[in-house]
Amino acid sequence: MIVTENLYFRYADEKDENCFALKNVNIKIKDGEFVVIIGHNGSGKSTLSKLLNGIYYPTQGKIFIDQLDTSDESLIWEIRKRAGMVFQNPDNQLVATIVEEDVAFGPENMGLSSAEIRLRVDEALDSVSMGDFKRKPPHHLSGGQKQRVAIAGILAMKPKCIIFDEPTAMLDPSGRKEVMETIRYLNAHDRMTVVHITHFMDEAVHADRILVMDEGEIVLEGTPKEVFSQVDTLKSIGLDVPQVTLLSYELKKIGFDLSGENLTVEELVEELCQLK
Amino acid sequence: MLRDITIGQYYASDSVIHRMDPRFKIVASMLYLVSLFLVDQIIAYLAVVLFIGSVIKLSRVPVGYVLKGLKPIFLLIVFAFVINIFLTPGQGSPVFEVGFIKIYAEGIERAFFMAIRLILLIIGTSMLTLTTSPIELTDGIEYLLNPFKKIGLPAHELAMMMTIALRFIPTLLEETDKIMKAQMARGADFESGNIMNRAKALIPLLVPLFISAFRRADELAMAMEARCYKGGEGRTRMKVLKYSVLDLWGVGIVTLYMAICVVM
Repeated sequence: MIVTENLYFRYADEKDENCFALKNVNIKIKDGEFVVIIGHNGSGKSTLSKLLNGIYYPTQGKIFIDQLDTSDESLIWEIRKRAGMVFQNPDNQLVATIVEEDVAFGPENMGLSSAEIRLRVDEALDSVSMGDFKRKPPHHLSGGQKQRVAIAGILAMKPKCIIFDEPTAMLDPSGRKEVMETIRYLNAHDRMTVVHITHFMDEAVHADRILVMDEGEIVLEGTPKEVFSQVDTLKSIGLDVPQVTLLSYELKKIGFDLSGENLTVEELVEELCQLK
Repeated sequence: MLRDITIGQYYASDSVIHRMDPRFKIVASMLYLVSLFLVDQIIAYLAVVLFIGSVIKLSRVPVGYVLKGLKPIFLLIVFAFVINIFLTPGQGSPVFEVGFIKIYAEGIERAFFMAIRLILLIIGTSMLTLTTSPIELTDGIEYLLNPFKKIGLPAHELAMMMTIALRFIPTLLEETDKIMKAQMARGADFESGNIMNRAKALIPLLVPLFISAFRRADELAMAMEARCYKGGEGRTRMKVLKYSVLDLWGVGIVTLYMAICVVM
C-alpha cells in the first residue's frame, strides 16, 4: 500500500544542505496493516505523514501510495483520495457549519452525484457512531466527537488507507479513548490500512507493527513486543515504554522469571500468577 | 459574555416560508426593498404592511421577536425622523414656528414616511435572515452569483469564504474568551480607564488572536487540500437547491404585490 524508497526530505527554508528532516527512510506498509509511528517532538514523524499525503514532495527518493508516485503532480488528487489524512487539531480541519455538510466536503470535491454523497455521508457518520449529531454545528461537540467527525469526513472519500497525524494529542483522556476505539474498529472491521502517528506509547500497544523514529531516521521496527522489549534503546532516544512493560522489564532485571515483554496488565498478571 | 453573540439571527421552524428556496427568498427580499421606494402614498403602505404582515404570520416567527430586531436601529429611526421634520423646507406657512425652528406640513409627512420606510426595511430584511439558515443563504448567494462567473466574479470562492467565516466565528470567540482570561489572570485590565486606555489594553488580546487565526488558516488550508479541495471547478454538492411548488406560489404572490406597488 505504502512504499518509500531511500526517502530524504529537507524543508525549503532550511539553509544547511546537509540538514535533512528525514534521512534514508525505507518503509513498506501492507494493505490492512495497522502501523504506529512513534518518536518524540522533532523526530520527523509529522513530516513523514505530510509526505505520504503529497503535501510535501521528497527531496530525494520516492514514495509510492498504491503504486502511485507522489512526486507526479497529475496523480496528486488520486493519491489523496486513496490515502486520507486526519490532523492533530480537530477545530482546524472542519470546514462547514453543520456536521453532515462537513463530512460531505471531501466527496463534493471529488465531483460525485448528490445521491452518492448522501449515501456516503450517512455511512461514514454511522461508522464513527456520530449519526445522531448530523445536524449539529461542530462547535457544540466535544474534542473527541469533532475528531470523529473529521475521521468520517475522510471515510466518506472511501480511502484505502488513513494517515492519522497525532489525532489524540489535543484531546482529553475520554476523547482519546473514543478516537482510539474508532481507529481500531476501522482497522479491524473495515480492513482499513492505518498509519497512526503518536507520542503516546500506550496507543502503540495494539499495532501490528511499530516504527520508531529519531532525528529523521527509523531506528527501530517490529511488533509491539519486539520494540518495547528494547527498553534501553527507547530510553536513550527519550521515549518511554508502557508502564506495564517497564515493570515487567525491571522485575526481570532483578531476577524474576518473566519475559519482560508484557504489553497489557492482564498479560503481566497472568505471568506473575504462574511464578512459583 | 462573548458566547451570547449570534450571527445571522436564524429562527428555526418548519413553516412554508422556511421551506422556500433561499434563491427565491433573496430575490423576493430585493424586490421588496425596491417596492418600499416605489410607493409614496399612505394607502400603498397598507399593502406593504399587509404583505410583510402575512409573511411574518406564515413564517410562525413571533412578532415580538421580529420587532426586537428594530432595537439596535431605534436611535437611527428617531434621528432620521427628527432631521426630516426640522430640515424639510415647505411651500406654505410653517405649521409650527419658534425662533429659527420652522416645521412645515411637508416635513411632518416626509418624516413619517422615512420612519415607516426604515422600519419596514429592517423588518423585511430580518425576515430573510430569520427564516433562512446561514448555510442556505450562502448556497443561495453562490447560485445567484453563478451567472456572473463569466465576467470574472469568484462566486464559489466568495461563498466558501462566507461558510468558513461562519464556521470560525464561534471558534475565534471562544479563543478570545480564553486569551482574555489568561491575560486577566496575569493582571491585564480590560474594563477600566478611558477609551484610549481600553483600546491599548486590547493589543495584548488582539496580537495572539491574530497569530492564532493565521496559524489556523494555514492548517485549515492544508486539511482542505488533503481532502481534495481544488476550488469550485468540478465540485458537486450534496444538497442541490430545487425549486418547489411553494416557490411557484411565492413568485405569483410577489408578482401580484409588485404590480400593486407599481400601480399605486
